Amino acid sequence: MPLYNEPHPLEVKILSKRFGLPNSASIGAYLETEGYQAWRKAVGMGPDGIINEVKASNLRGRGGAGFPTGLKWSFVPRNSPKPKYIMVNADESEPGTCKDRLLIEFDPHQLIEGMMIAGLAVGSVAGYIYIRGEYRYLIEIMDRAIDEAYAHGYLGSNIQGTGVTFDVRTHTGAGAYECGEESALMESFEGKRGVPRIRPPFPAVAGVYQCPTVLNNVETFAAVPSIILMGGANWAGLGTPKNGGTRLFCLSGHINKPGVYELPMGFNLMRMINEVGGGMRGGKKLKAVIPGGSSCPVLKADECDVAMDYDSVAAIKSMLGSGGVVVMDEDTCMVKAAQRIMKFYAHESCGWCIPCREGTAWLKKMLDRFHAGGGRREEIKLIGDLSKSILGRTFCPLGDAAAMPTIAFVEKFYDDFAAHLDGKLCPYEAKSRLVTA
Amino acid sequence: MTLSPELEARFQKILSSYPKGRERSAVIPMLMYAQDEIGSITQELIDEVAHRTGVKPLQVDEVIGYYSMMHRRPQGKYHVQVCTNISCLLVGGEELYRHACKKLGIGHKQTTKDGVFSLEEVECMGACSWAPAIQVNYDFHHGVTPEKLDKLLDELRKSRGLE
Repeated sequence: MPLYNEPHPLEVKILSKRFGLPNSASIGAYLETEGYQAWRKAVGMGPDGIINEVKASNLRGRGGAGFPTGLKWSFVPRNSPKPKYIMVNADESEPGTCKDRLLIEFDPHQLIEGMMIAGLAVGSVAGYIYIRGEYRYLIEIMDRAIDEAYAHGYLGSNIQGTGVTFDVRTHTGAGAYECGEESALMESFEGKRGVPRIRPPFPAVAGVYQCPTVLNNVETFAAVPSIILMGGANWAGLGTPKNGGTRLFCLSGHINKPGVYELPMGFNLMRMINEVGGGMRGGKKLKAVIPGGSSCPVLKADECDVAMDYDSVAAIKSMLGSGGVVVMDEDTCMVKAAQRIMKFYAHESCGWCIPCREGTAWLKKMLDRFHAGGGRREEIKLIGDLSKSILGRTFCPLGDAAAMPTIAFVEKFYDDFAAHLDGKLCPYEAKSRLVTA
Repeated sequence: MTLSPELEARFQKILSSYPKGRERSAVIPMLMYAQDEIGSITQELIDEVAHRTGVKPLQVDEVIGYYSMMHRRPQGKYHVQVCTNISCLLVGGEELYRHACKKLGIGHKQTTKDGVFSLEEVECMGACSWAPAIQVNYDFHHGVTPEKLDKLLDELRKSRGLE
């Protein structure tokens, strides 16, 4: 099945505008559709001009944290005598998230151009793309695109006669969610175990090889050429205040038309489910939504009338995260969902920080036992309390990422937990057994 | 250690990708590509990678246990990885995994006696909108049902028999 879906009329296709074009990953197709024009324009803008344009766009990091990109770039010390690096985080592993795959598969040159512009902005001549090991076919696509860019004089020295130099290489990961965290990614890139670094210093000052580094998600870099071409203010105007532009939302779970859709920031979540996603599968009722990947606190159905931008989702105590919208219907067991997500974090905890290493393992054991009917009522609160004791006590956000959704599952779906006590079989599984019997 | 010409060329390309004096960055990519060819990470390979990157063998050894895609023993010719994380779970990922166990007669991280298949229940592989998904070696398969899985595994076994 093709990975890009038929465009939905409500989509605003900017980053995804080349998805589905014939040979969209080739440099020929890219050059025919304004490819590398943004870089040419950026050469004339100078570092301050570029950074100001990105600041004006209100582009915020698409990896999950939502940090303003232009501001991040401005932290790179210009007068540092050290080499500076552009690092792309293509370690996409947040459960529910599958957008960077498409950006690389269908438009690798857009990513290269975004990196080149970042290079101009901070005075870097070298960029790396850290791609998760499972995405080997994307490494091959990316390597072909890089070779093409060299062959056409868009990478290397004296690019298009401008005197500018920029080199790009891919780098394979080897299977570790933790390496999507920026400091662990850099450790891994340096050939070590992917354990996080204490911060500060932040990557802008001391990143790869302790050199100033701009580290952003694939989608963040991919947005940059469009921002330069259309102007920061125009990009900002597509979204909501402080949340510029569009983003790729990955719809999955119990909906009729799962897929990756490019929608303006601030798009209403209910419309996303009912109109873009084609509504609930089998006419079932909506029960809950994870709005931005598994680390984001779950929303109850009655909380889903929300604008999908960083600030609006934060206002209801969840996160926009990485754009992974996981939709769950009325037959979904929230204990099971919490258990599966905790199993993931317990597996992926790198073990560096004790609250995360021990906390996720204990929580997984408790949730396993709960789902098997071995829970006790007083322990429902304990699950939340144990999770809270991880919050803020780890080097990197993995501990928080495990704790925050668990707290929300327990607090918002107490009844689901209470239905699993004292040896009772999961009521949802019992129901499905009756249906299939 | 004797490498195939392809792997030798790959090693050279990887080593040339990083600044001088930063060859340690090549450790993980070299292990990954070598493992694909050799089948697992052997002591001989560890020593070779350490030698070429100028680090101690122990510094290569210590990364292996950290990364889920690195292994010290050969897997099946076809390594079947079934995702059961949240998006796949919601649309039958666990049932698919159980079906794969039954079909292959093996469990998590086990290999069939003939060495053709190995199985692993894996975490999110970035196919959430096309769930449930599996990977066989590096190939993705989307929207997989138990019937589609049967067909795929039968075809793979057949193609193996013809070799």
